Amino acid sequence: MQESPRRPVLTDMQMDAAVANMLRFGISLAATLMILGGWFYLQHPTMQPADYAHFHGSATDLHNLGKVLTGSRLADSTSVLELGIVLLIATPVARVALCVVDFARQRDRLYVAVSFSVLLVLLYSLFRGGH
Amino acid sequence: MTAGIFTALIFVTSLLAGLLGALTGLGGGVIIVPMLALVFKVDLRYAIGASLISVIATSSGSAVAYVRQGLSNIRIGMFLEVATTLWALLGAYLTLKISTHWIAIIFGCVLLYSAIASLRKRRKHAIPAAPDRMATALKLSGSYTENGVRHEYVAHRVPLGFGIMFGAGTLSGMLGIGSGAVKVLAMDMAMRLPFKVSTTTSNFMIGVTAAASAGVYLSRGYIDPGLALPVMLGVLGGSLLGSKLLVRAPVVTLRIVFSLVIIALGAEMIFSGATGRL
Repeated sequence: MQESPRRPVLTDMQMDAAVANMLRFGISLAATLMILGGWFYLQHPTMQPADYAHFHGSATDLHNLGKVLTGSRLADSTSVLELGIVLLIATPVARVALCVVDFARQRDRLYVAVSFSVLLVLLYSLFRGGH
Repeated sequence: MTAGIFTALIFVTSLLAGLLGALTGLGGGVIIVPMLALVFKVDLRYAIGASLISVIATSSGSAVAYVRQGLSNIRIGMFLEVATTLWALLGAYLTLKISTHWIAIIFGCVLLYSAIASLRKRRKHAIPAAPDRMATALKLSGSYTENGVRHEYVAHRVPLGFGIMFGAGTLSGMLGIGSGAVKVLAMDMAMRLPFKVSTTTSNFMIGVTAAASAGVYLSRGYIDPGLALPVMLGVLGGSLLGSKLLVRAPVVTLRIVFSLVIIALGAEMIFSGATGRL
């Protein structure tokens, strides 16, 4: 059985399925971490809610993924929560990255360029957004 | 009030917001922000940050189902995301610069507009006969199967749709909302795409658009994990519940009642912003 070389390696339907799986995996992981973090967070029954009426703008260490990762090893509830949030934000970014790869496999140069530029904007925001 | 009770109250409120958002088709973000700010006196910046996280969760969560059905169009979505992500980044920077009074006023106007727009009847629009050259070059076309019937479609008026997406991106980045209503407007009204394709593709785009401003919010401390958690879980749960209810019940009366609630929220936001209370 010989395959025509022009045939796309990946059909649009397979691409849809890959994207759906990727999304499901990302949010499941993020939700697990957030619920776990939330559970620890609420373990202090007499704790007062944080003051949300005034904006402190205290830069969390969220943009510093390394610190969050070491923090979560220490079972620090806030760090686990933060890691979950970062994962949640990373899910659509990973989805766009997956599209770049999938369009490349389809040899669709135009859309490799389109999805790559979207990816660039997202990565800029995540890593340089605060500057 | 302990942190546990506060978290539970925020969760229930977010559940309601998600439900309302799904039933009116406006999305949970646009409703949870004024509720947090007006009822719980949460600083607008924290409210916007928490809402943005819930928007990402809701979009990714429901996109799983839509993408699998093959209703959303990945190429059209990706092409338009070039516009929404760039301008969302811009919107996020704008929010850092302007005062919360102005954010509240702009937010109120968006609420008023969305509520009125959701009340309007959707008219069937005529589809131009001539195929769009730009859409063909950019492969902005597709097909979907509904009840065993295959429907083919091509986008029209691409520059207009792309232009409206600038607005959708800016609003999303400034206010921490999905701005799905504007995205659907661009695809359904401007680009003449089938309504189902417009809504599902819009939902798919919302998460990516929101992720573009999330980086800016994160590094400026807009996203508080303790607040984001109950808001995210509540809005996500409420939206999923709402979309299930939507299939079953005729919601015309509900929609009118809810729209009035949203008009009241919008007016209160404008008033609070103008008088400097927000």
